[in-house]
Amino acid sequence: MRHEQIETNSGLLIALTLVVISIGGLVEIVPLFYIEETIEEVEGVRPYTPLELLGKDIYQREGCYLCHSQMIRPFRDEWLRYGHYSLAAESRYDHPFQWGSKRTGPDLARLGGKYSDAWHVQHLTAPRSVVPESIMPNYPWLLENDLDYSDVADRMRALRKVGVPYSATDEGYRANVERHGPELADQLDIAQAEDSLLAQAKSANFDGLAGRITEMEALVAYLQVLGTMVDFSQYDEGYFAEFR
Amino acid sequence: MSDQNKVKPTAPAVQTTGHAWDGDLQEYNNPLPRWWLWSFYGTVVFAVLYWFMFPAWPVGDGWTRGVTTASVIEQGQTVDRPWNTRYQLIAEMQTGDAALRQRAYAEQISSASFQEILDNPEMMAFARSVGRGLFGDNCAACHGSGGQGVVGLFPNLADDAWLWGGTPERIHETLIQGRNGYMPAFGGVLNPSQLTDVSEYVLSLSGLTQPGEAVEPGREIFQGPIGGCYTCHTPEGTGLQSLGSANLTDAIWTLVDLPAEASTEAKRDALSAFIAKGVQGNRVMPGWSDRLSPTDLKLLAVYTHQLGGGQ
Repeated sequence: MRHEQIETNSGLLIALTLVVISIGGLVEIVPLFYIEETIEEVEGVRPYTPLELLGKDIYQREGCYLCHSQMIRPFRDEWLRYGHYSLAAESRYDHPFQWGSKRTGPDLARLGGKYSDAWHVQHLTAPRSVVPESIMPNYPWLLENDLDYSDVADRMRALRKVGVPYSATDEGYRANVERHGPELADQLDIAQAEDSLLAQAKSANFDGLAGRITEMEALVAYLQVLGTMVDFSQYDEGYFAEFR
Repeated sequence: MSDQNKVKPTAPAVQTTGHAWDGDLQEYNNPLPRWWLWSFYGTVVFAVLYWFMFPAWPVGDGWTRGVTTASVIEQGQTVDRPWNTRYQLIAEMQTGDAALRQRAYAEQISSASFQEILDNPEMMAFARSVGRGLFGDNCAACHGSGGQGVVGLFPNLADDAWLWGGTPERIHETLIQGRNGYMPAFGGVLNPSQLTDVSEYVLSLSGLTQPGEAVEPGREIFQGPIGGCYTCHTPEGTGLQSLGSANLTDAIWTLVDLPAEASTEAKRDALSAFIAKGVQGNRVMPGWSDRLSPTDLKLLAVYTHQLGGGQ
């Protein structure tokens, strides 16, 4: 075909341009749909409980991902500082994933259980009161705002549409019982969402405030579960390397 | 601008593409700079070599693994595995230069007793340098980068007051198990004047008020069944490290902020408010045995011990 014919026919030019640039995309994207083996098969990864889920939404709302990554890379220095490198499986229920691309603050992928709830409350309210050299902003409103959990079931329903196994049917519930045990299955059941949120907030009381459920409650619940789902002592290190 | 829009005559030495648009608009066809062209060919060659060396192309439901290998030790045997970042990491952690050098020390540390480590300058130098990193990554968020803590929230690790004990063995135990600070709230047990009385007495224990008749009512509450404070803090007020109860006689205040320049009344009021509230579930030191290796925990115990207050 002659150069001139393409360049003088804008419809044809657009069509051929699309063909050319889609080759690169197809080569990179298409294999991801049929190469199943890159996602590690591990025990323990589960969807977030309703309270943790609202915490994740607050994490996104406040833009935490702009300064904190959740992706420990397989390098020795990161291993020594943050712990085991992140697995693809660990963010399989994150929509959108929170890998981030910039570390103004430290990586948070294995933050769960590292510090006490009280530390998180204090640190989020006034970071410099515990870490004088910190440049993180204060988030005092997290403790002032009551958590709005009226739409938590809708949020779970939306995630279910993109493949997160929250249960909406008896069948789904039974599958979750089998996979995670009855206690967690109750928490992942959309019909019981509000009840299990209230129960978790009451028993764990992440924000340390009796009788109130604040946005802090949800955010700390989320931060305390980050990176804790997989028990790495169960696996031989070489097992994960097979997936790359 | 206007003179830029004028059609410039094509220099005869430069080739054009031969097109003419809108009557007289022409396009130069300069050859690419030689250095650029060779760099480009170089990248093409690099890409092809890369495909053979490293994991690259999706094939079927797998992918090409490349011919580069990483030597890892599996069940005592050195085996070559197809290179990827994860195998490389394993190799680096097993036989990398830094890992080997550190392991020599780490093995020494793990088989030595705390006293042997404290007495050995070489092991202490290692504990100080590695401990600093471990402390910064894991402990400094609460206890501060120098171990100074935060009054009212997190204990100071550089002073002489130890709630749970300041020997390397006790610090090690604290690191492994974690700790849970607790004190009942006395707000519902004691009325405000009783709270003031007992605070007055507690201040006298460390010499901040004069002992005498004024502290007598408080002493009765502290030492008697009404307050029962002595059960945890001991009748002398020195506290029990097995319970984590504070020593009230050393004038070191970890939970109540009592600046030296504050008036006695202000100190008493701050103390009463604290006793009314108690310590409920928010004074938690997490256990670290799931997160850090036994050697790291030992190093951290030694490092914390040498911050200034070790016993």
